[in-house]
Amino acid sequence: MSEIFTVEIISPDQTILKQEANEVTIPSYEGQMGILNNHIPLITFLRPGIITIKTSIEKKFYVEEGTVEFSNNNLLILTSTAKDLANFDKILLNDLLQKAESQLNNKDSTDKDRYVISYKIETLREIIR
Amino acid sequence: MPSLDDLKKRIKSVKSTQKITKAMKMVAAAKLRKAQESAEKGRPYSQKMQNIILNLTKSINDPQNAPKLLVGTGEDKKYLCVVLTADRGLCGGFNSNICKLAKTNFKKIIGERKELNIITVGSKGHDQIKREYGKYVIKKFSFKDKKNISFNEADEVGKEIISLFNQNKFDKCIIFYNNFKNVITQIPQAQQIIPTETKNLKEGNDQNFSYEFEPEEDEILEDLLPKNISTQVFKALLENAASEQGSRMTAMDNATRNAGDLVDKLTIDYNRSRQASITKELIEIISGAESL
Repeated sequence: MSEIFTVEIISPDQTILKQEANEVTIPSYEGQMGILNNHIPLITFLRPGIITIKTSIEKKFYVEEGTVEFSNNNLLILTSTAKDLANFDKILLNDLLQKAESQLNNKDSTDKDRYVISYKIETLREIIR
Repeated sequence: MPSLDDLKKRIKSVKSTQKITKAMKMVAAAKLRKAQESAEKGRPYSQKMQNIILNLTKSINDPQNAPKLLVGTGEDKKYLCVVLTADRGLCGGFNSNICKLAKTNFKKIIGERKELNIITVGSKGHDQIKREYGKYVIKKFSFKDKKNISFNEADEVGKEIISLFNQNKFDKCIIFYNNFKNVITQIPQAQQIIPTETKNLKEGNDQNFSYEFEPEEDEILEDLLPKNISTQVFKALLENAASEQGSRMTAMDNATRNAGDLVDKLTIDYNRSRQASITKELIEIISGAESL
């Protein structure tokens, strides 16, 4: 299999994941983005959403923000909020959702904030479902 | 010549001090392992972050319009120094070494007639610095009640730095901390974080990729640079935490050994004077018997 590349998810306190993957889907700031082997070098950042890592098994991570760099068949995701969906706490999830909803109604938030928060709510609702 | 009772008391007190230092050493050793682990785990993030920024910097063609956080204000008049120390003492030269390095820098900055502002993190550093440079200290942070340092604390400091920068309070920002090399060696370090120092970064990936940016470079940079500040502070805090425990462990190990030496010496003194008093009593008895 030559169509694999390495993917790393690193948070400030630890390396969450380092493995080979066939395909990774990331919620980039301007839309979902699928990354395959030999993608051109890329730097972008994330909005709230789900990172899907596909090998023989599929892994999903919830992220709120982060920075992504792809070069030399190495996908690097720097984020402080990555959480594995496999063991995501329901209570925490509802808590996050409530906070996000109240933030959306906050008059001080800018349009940019609202854009990000609306994605957050959408993603969280999807996970709960 | 101290009496036997005095010596006994001293031996007892030195022994109990030794017990305390020994316990502190063991606690530090246990904490060190944890702190070292998190310092090592935290390194990739800050390194990779620096790398991305370096790559971004390369692709900026127009340095005039680049974000100020990256290239600086173009002036060199006002300095912000962030001194990161521990909240607790009894850790050898750990706090003093950072302060010493910081103070030499302060002297230089003031000598060049430049404006100086200081932020201290950790109460021990604040105590040492306020004596001479108290009027320059504009803010102090202390995370005494936090058991483990998390990114949130670093973010707090980082946000403060950035808001000061946006208010045009300084042109250059330098942070002082101890770099954890190994258990017995910690190197006090001064690192300039604003403007980002690019020349010291490893030119490891020299291949000039033409990156695809989404959104535009400057938008990414605007998002990334503040994060980078917090990340660098966080890295410094983690290195510091590990260094503190390492330094304390060595200091307490030395203290325990010194206490042992002292106990040995005092015991010899004690035995000698005990023997002397026995001999004296014997002489008195014998001479008393002879005179009869």
